[in-house]
Amino acid sequence: MMTGDWLDIGPVGQIEAGTARTLPVEGAQELAIFHTLRGEFFAIVNACPHKKGPLSQGIVHGDVVTCPLHNWNISLRDGRALGDDEGCVPTIPLRVDAGRIYLLRAAVLGGGAEAAPAEAEV
Amino acid sequence: MRVTNGDADVNAPVNFEGNAFPEGPRERLVVIGNGMAGCRAVEEILAREPERFEITIFGAEPRVNYNRIMLSPVLAGEKTFDEIVINTPAWYIDNGITLVSGDKVERIDRDTQTVIAASGRTEPYDKLLIATGSDPFIIPVPGKDLDGVVTFRDLDDVDRMLAAADKGGSAVVIGGGLLGLEAAHGLSLRGMQVSVIHLMPSLMERQLDEAAGFLLRSELEKRGQTILTGANTQEIIGKDGHVAGVRLEDGTEIPADIVVMAVGIRPATGLAKEAGLEVERGILVDDHMVTSDPNILSVGECVQHRGLCYGLVAPLWDMCRALADHVTDRATGYEGSVTSTKLKVSGIDLFSAGDFSGGEGCEDIVMRDAARGIYKRVIVKDNRIVGAVLYGDTTDGSWYFDLLKKGEDVSEIREALIFGQAFASGGALLDPNAAVAALSDDAEICGCNGVSKGQVVSCIEGGAHSLDAVRSGCKASASCGSCTNLVESLLAVTLGGEVETGPATMCRCTSFSHDDVRALIIEKELTSIPHVMQELHWSTPDGCASCRPALNYYLLCALPGVYEDDQKSRFVNERMHANIQKDGTYSVVPRMWGGLTNPRELRAIADVVEKYDAPMVKVTGGQRLDIFGIKKEDLPAVWADLNAAGMVSGHAYGKSLRTVKTCVGSEWCRFGTQDSTGLGVKIERMTWGSWMPHKFKIAVSGCPRNCAEATIKDFGVVCVDSGYELHVGGNGGIKVRATDLLCKVATEEEAMEMCAAFIQLYREEARYLERTAPWIERVGLEHVKLALADAEAVRAYAARFHHSQCFMQDDPWAKRAAGERADLHQHLATVRPSDSSYQLEKA
Repeated sequence: MMTGDWLDIGPVGQIEAGTARTLPVEGAQELAIFHTLRGEFFAIVNACPHKKGPLSQGIVHGDVVTCPLHNWNISLRDGRALGDDEGCVPTIPLRVDAGRIYLLRAAVLGGGAEAAPAEAEV
Repeated sequence: MRVTNGDADVNAPVNFEGNAFPEGPRERLVVIGNGMAGCRAVEEILAREPERFEITIFGAEPRVNYNRIMLSPVLAGEKTFDEIVINTPAWYIDNGITLVSGDKVERIDRDTQTVIAASGRTEPYDKLLIATGSDPFIIPVPGKDLDGVVTFRDLDDVDRMLAAADKGGSAVVIGGGLLGLEAAHGLSLRGMQVSVIHLMPSLMERQLDEAAGFLLRSELEKRGQTILTGANTQEIIGKDGHVAGVRLEDGTEIPADIVVMAVGIRPATGLAKEAGLEVERGILVDDHMVTSDPNILSVGECVQHRGLCYGLVAPLWDMCRALADHVTDRATGYEGSVTSTKLKVSGIDLFSAGDFSGGEGCEDIVMRDAARGIYKRVIVKDNRIVGAVLYGDTTDGSWYFDLLKKGEDVSEIREALIFGQAFASGGALLDPNAAVAALSDDAEICGCNGVSKGQVVSCIEGGAHSLDAVRSGCKASASCGSCTNLVESLLAVTLGGEVETGPATMCRCTSFSHDDVRALIIEKELTSIPHVMQELHWSTPDGCASCRPALNYYLLCALPGVYEDDQKSRFVNERMHANIQKDGTYSVVPRMWGGLTNPRELRAIADVVEKYDAPMVKVTGGQRLDIFGIKKEDLPAVWADLNAAGMVSGHAYGKSLRTVKTCVGSEWCRFGTQDSTGLGVKIERMTWGSWMPHKFKIAVSGCPRNCAEATIKDFGVVCVDSGYELHVGGNGGIKVRATDLLCKVATEEEAMEMCAAFIQLYREEARYLERTAPWIERVGLEHVKLALADAEAVRAYAARFHHSQCFMQDDPWAKRAAGERADLHQHLATVRPSDSSYQLEKA
């Protein structure tokens, strides 16, 4: 059971494994909610640290998404650019409970809270 | 001839007493040291005068001569001992050499000209060769004698490390130089948790500058090794007589089940010193490798020549040549060596040569490519290269090294120097073979064995037509293997591309090449991406952004109508059926058959532009209109509007048939010879929707004036009075390539059938993301002509294409407009502020 600190964004089934969907936030940055092929869920800001490419549209492999604009690889776990690229996109703490996805309300509002570790489970 | 104790057990002492040659008054040559230097010197002498000496070799290790620099690959599990043996028992026997292994020489008696071994064996000599090599340097810290502290010098050390690795746990390697890093790599591959302790602030500081050292360090850390630089070992901690860890000066303690000391080597000069020879750091030798006793010679890591001691293998070959020339009375002399270094850690390309410390008058030329992890630095002084450091791409290492050794003036090629030989020599930029072809004959190809380009080429011309044949023929690439690419290029250049080379792997997820994967998909009847990954042992759980789209294409091509296209493995454009732009919006290009349009289509496009407030419309190079600035949510509605006017997707976004460009042809043009527009429309109707290895462009020109630019297309038709010239493999992109003429046909039907057949051949044979131009350059036009040589083959290819098209000519926009895969276009929801908190509003 989730407390009022968590925002229910709906059932897990609405995001196909291996893809992402977008969640615009009025007054804050758009988020991308990922469902990996291994069954984990992650929420990050939908803008590559490189040139703001829409990460939700990238190919998802492992816990990494490849940005569709210039092929930067971004870790979904901590938002960091992998390899030689430098940069970090904010992550939003996410929980899955009884088949529904919840985001930490304060982080959604703030466009991501880097300090709080994102949790993910099926 | 007698062989004692010479069985297959590599650790059993082997003794051969050979007398393959008739008895006679031969000089007695005794060699102390059965290693690379000693045996190479003997080989060089035998090559000059095979019957001059009666040869006895003493070896401290109980085995035949092996390639010591290949111990790293043995440790890493990439080679077996058998593969690194240089001289087999047969070599000793065939050459009449007596090998006394496992019996260490204890003393040299110069008065009686004899050597005395540990067993008491006494061997007289006329000439004595000391090739005792070097000993690992052991840092004098408490705990250095504990069980589990090993060096990295011989096969016994490797065995000890392998035994430790079998038990798992942690390893500490002291020394972040060449040898230490290779030991660390091997132990890491064997499953141990490895820490490298290095006294200096940067790894391999003698061979690398800081930038390359940093790249190397990052890569090793990425592979799970812990790298501690500026770290001084204070003590090796023991527990019950066995090593348990290492304590650093700053108090840090690192647990260890094994400690490898790899801080350096010292010339093994003990025997020489006791015999009263002149010794400083190494045994002093002159340019003919003669010591202070004219009957005693010395080569290898144990000598000091002109003030220098060498710890690499390349100088050794030069020394052995000079020595052999001297003892066979044709003295040439050794003048010292300039050395270069490569690191034998798989997947890390690193090269260094000369002096890169900089200093007055030195000028740095640096090139970095962060995305590809490349760093190149060439140091020039007085218009001559004095040093080079390459990381990530070492293709030009031997070229720089050659220029450096020859001291050539580089002022003429100064501007292009850093881009490498192919570029600096002008043209042929994209052809790696051209760089090798341009090397001079005396350029060194194999640094390990001192083999020049001329020697490799004559070996190839002498019948060695494969890598293995070259290796056994002239030893090039037979040692560390880092010049394998160069040798392969030489094979290709010399034999005109008729060599089997090992193509690159598809991506880091697999050890298979594109061609292997394709063949295995068919052979093993693999039917889905996870299936391929499982069967072909993918090293990642679900691939990467490179291999997933490739596998999707290969399956789609192999199993038309059966394989279900995996949208997750499609690049965004092919998933969204539009072209993503830098701001995340899309551009939409409806198909205009053959570049023809009409008022209805133009009105529909104009309406869409206004209705969705598209900021720009542009005429494309493919003779159609591109509508910019459409949001992903609006795409289905845009397509519905365009569909209503009879338009379908133009696939301007796909690795697929793009457009068929036409000129107006005989219908209007006063020069036109055939109905190029009509044929273009027919070809586009036949080919649209087909997925390909890469994008595919077609054009039909109505006469040789070629207004449709058919000769820079993947498939181009140029109409002439007597029929249709069919051209293939053109490209107007980064590297412009004019087409090759495939054939000439008489009728439209033949032109279309050949078009379908050619496309299918390309679909089945080209690697993913390979345009027709590089594909044809790779396989050769003749191959394409041969495959499509007879009518039967053309019909078969065309039939397979048409079968595949049955499943592909399905407008993707229509399905999306009808609501299919709405999830790809719609937001999950929208979060809006409500009172003080945020509420969710469903999309």
